[in-house]
Amino acid sequence: MTTFTNNLLAFGRLLRRSGFEVPVGNVLDLTEALTLVNLTVRDEVFHACRTVLVRRHDQLAAFEKIFDAFWRQHGNPFAAPATNTARDAQAAAASVPVASAAMHDGELRDGEQEGGGEPPASGLQIWSDAAALARKDFAEFTPLEVAEARAFIDRLAWIPGERRTRRWVRGRGPRVDLRRALSRSLRTGGDVLVIPTRRRRVRLRPLVLLCDVSGSMERYSRMLLHFAHRVGHLHGRLEVFLFSTTLTRVTRQLRIRRLDAAAAAVSEAVPDWSGGTRIGPALQQFHRRWSRRVLHEGPVVLLISDGWDRGDPGVLRDEVARLQRSCHRLIWLNPLIGTVDYAPLTRGLQAALPFVDDFLPARTLADFRELALHLSTVASAARPGRGRRGVRNQPDRQT
Amino acid sequence: VLSENLAAGGGVASISDLEQRLTERRYVADRGLAVSLFLALRLKRPLFLEGEAGVGKTSLASAVAEAIGADLIRLQCYEGLDVTHAVYEWDYARQLLELRILEATEGLERASARRELYSDAFLIKRPLLQAIDPARTRPAVLLIDEIDRADEEFEGYLLELLAEFQITIPELGTVRAKEPPLVILTSNRTREVHDALKRRCLYQWIEYPSFAKEVEIVRARVPQAAAQLARQVTALVQELRSVELYKVPGVSETLDWVAALATLDRRALDIQAVEETIGVVLKAKEDIDALRGERLASLLERAMAR
Repeated sequence: MTTFTNNLLAFGRLLRRSGFEVPVGNVLDLTEALTLVNLTVRDEVFHACRTVLVRRHDQLAAFEKIFDAFWRQHGNPFAAPATNTARDAQAAAASVPVASAAMHDGELRDGEQEGGGEPPASGLQIWSDAAALARKDFAEFTPLEVAEARAFIDRLAWIPGERRTRRWVRGRGPRVDLRRALSRSLRTGGDVLVIPTRRRRVRLRPLVLLCDVSGSMERYSRMLLHFAHRVGHLHGRLEVFLFSTTLTRVTRQLRIRRLDAAAAAVSEAVPDWSGGTRIGPALQQFHRRWSRRVLHEGPVVLLISDGWDRGDPGVLRDEVARLQRSCHRLIWLNPLIGTVDYAPLTRGLQAALPFVDDFLPARTLADFRELALHLSTVASAARPGRGRRGVRNQPDRQT
Repeated sequence: VLSENLAAGGGVASISDLEQRLTERRYVADRGLAVSLFLALRLKRPLFLEGEAGVGKTSLASAVAEAIGADLIRLQCYEGLDVTHAVYEWDYARQLLELRILEATEGLERASARRELYSDAFLIKRPLLQAIDPARTRPAVLLIDEIDRADEEFEGYLLELLAEFQITIPELGTVRAKEPPLVILTSNRTREVHDALKRRCLYQWIEYPSFAKEVEIVRARVPQAAAQLARQVTALVQELRSVELYKVPGVSETLDWVAALATLDRRALDIQAVEETIGVVLKAKEDIDALRGERLASLLERAMAR
């Protein structure tokens, strides 16, 4: 083999080891691409490699580091004969933790597909066995009880309803399927006997979980993490964000199947665990960075927080109002509801509550069961004024 | 001529040649983008462009179509986009009419009726079919815009098309491109596009341009504006991008803003002009409310010092 090929393969291996997915086909493409650029100009080689091998924006920085290291070690590896073996470059690549973490994540995610979550049976049967546990405050759970609680969450059905998409498929529905009508009419000599129709396809609504992990929520955050992990595996279309003073997306971390590994990845990702609470600014961050990506399919949003917000109540109100406008249903879960003497009196909470569709407790397993039931009932009852069906079901609104 | 033209990558001799041609069409591309585009032409691979809104993903397609003397065929994606809007549709009304005529004149014979009803004459060609139509006389650039808005079903369909550059119409047969078009896909990343699709493409992330580059773009695109105005507006937009906003202004906003101010006969920027036309560049009420007044004035001051 030539030095060129050797170096090319070494570069591919190096990238794979750093967490990039490099199919053989791509290496072949790169071979061809490199014949088309000037191999003595670093810039051209770099851009050619990058456009063929990188497929995600978050890989760009890692790729540049690896390419840099490789180029430096080999002194223009694709033009001049190589002076060093690829092994030297590996040490350099070890300093790219981002990419290797991504690989770790990816591998585990592949494994999670098989086995999956069993379709949850009704949560009601085990109800009587666990009556005591069901009403116990999460904050007082022992590790054994946490495990039982996980099994309990598994048995609930997490179905936040369906959304009619804009895709039309065959089936009983309002639209005439002209194509099928015509091809059938040919069989019957030009007459249309049955009019075939089309209907809108429905998809499971996504769930978005925004979870407060500030200091005041510390006693609950462990259980809520379990909750997010289980529901994520059962539902499949769950996005999870944790916030304290800043907001972090942990959807990828929670997809890791083993709980302890997932929890480790999450705690590594969140910079300000148990810090202060600034719900308003955290939501603002959510709107700016993430809402376009996670709110466009009309999800049900669960906001879990005790509402102890030290920020400006006006900001909190505006952000919650914006959140409600951009999702199908906004449910605020509060672990303090149900504790003795609790009333939602903080100024921020007072300001935000008018924009929340449901304000529910989340302190015990009984609350989770209620939540699961609630989700399956809100599925059919859309917010008033949303879509034709909602209007049709309420004749008094049509005047 | 057609096959020679595309076989040689639209007659583009080198990366610099391509850059030159794009500049002539008033599109300022950075080196990475030029390399990707050049390779896409030569390797006949689709080019997948990602980047924030308004960095020139869509306008690249029209510039490159002009630069290589090709037709631009554009498909705007949306949720529920299906074969009848993306690929082809039969003209049912005319088919039904034809069926009645056939019946009335010569009596209906099943085999021949089928042949006549499902012929080219009744086929409405949508963008994807147009792009691979073997009857084309000019090369094509196929722009599949905002693929992230389409749903997964459409992505799956596209995967098949981009692999073979052929489309099977059950009633008619298989249509295959004589010369595959240059395909450019864009995405605003409102969702992650499936990896299998990306794997078939060359990938390019378009950044917001640097100050100097953006001034260059503004000068090329809005030549009627004063040089000073172009520099000042660009500097202010660059400042705005460093502030936390709901909707970050893109290059297209810079261009609109410069054009708007030039239309108002402004030759330089001042706070009054900014306040009057802020809606051209900031498009969320919250952003305007947050910046109006002192913050905007201090941003302007920093921009003017540049």
